[in-house]
Amino acid sequence: MTEQDEDRADAFFHALSDRTRRDILRRVLAGEHSVTALAAAYDMSFAAVQKHVAVLERAGLLTKRRHGREQLASGDVDAIRSVASMLGELEGVWRGRIVRIEELIQEG
Amino acid sequence: MPVTDVTKNLDARTLTITAEFAAPIERVWQVYADPRQLERVWGPPSHPATVVEHSLVPGGRVHYFMTGPDGEKYYGGWNVLTVDEPNRFTIEDFFADEGFQPAAGMPVAQGEFRFESSGDGTRATFTTTYDTVEALQQTLDMGMEEGATQATNQIDRLLAEG
Repeated sequence: MTEQDEDRADAFFHALSDRTRRDILRRVLAGEHSVTALAAAYDMSFAAVQKHVAVLERAGLLTKRRHGREQLASGDVDAIRSVASMLGELEGVWRGRIVRIEELIQEG
Repeated sequence: MPVTDVTKNLDARTLTITAEFAAPIERVWQVYADPRQLERVWGPPSHPATVVEHSLVPGGRVHYFMTGPDGEKYYGGWNVLTVDEPNRFTIEDFFADEGFQPAAGMPVAQGEFRFESSGDGTRATFTTTYDTVEALQQTLDMGMEEGATQATNQIDRLLAEG
């Protein structure tokens, strides 16, 4: 794993290490929720829920958008998975090019 | 394998791949300065590239097409942005129509090619950034797939474990 993958894994596991965050993620994966609606579901302050949402957002598991005065959150696992796998495919393209450069150079 | 490092930035849709070649920096630069050499490395064996215009100077263009196994052609080009021979050049890599005009709605990638002398050899760093997720998807859809199965996907694995 590269350093960046390690950082990503840290953020990922940190985000999922908390019961409330896992619960928030389950809700937003099922559909878009306003942060206000999420906050109402827990026995904690709006600010505390907002912090949990921010941790999930930094880990790339959740995205937020503004709708009027509301902040709407949705789960983004699919997007992260597909970008990761597409960059993986692109890596295959570049590895092929690098092998061909090496072969060409070694011809002399 | 000469590849020494691969870094993916998912949020920025950037792939950075570093390789060490056992040749002086001028030799590696030549691969890009000579269209006959460039076409031998750019397209995969299934989609060989043909370079039909080549001007590796700031503001210059490189035009190429790749020919797929069934004879289908994919047209593309580079807008050459900056050139600092033999250390670095930057391009916009675009998909084009048959007249090599950038195709509307087709993906554009930003590319940086950087070369540094390293002992007797050359360290090359290739950075590619796609403006949008859709651009990345379209690029892979258009016959550029190569070695996809060998590519690993750390996040997928983490999710599968989690």
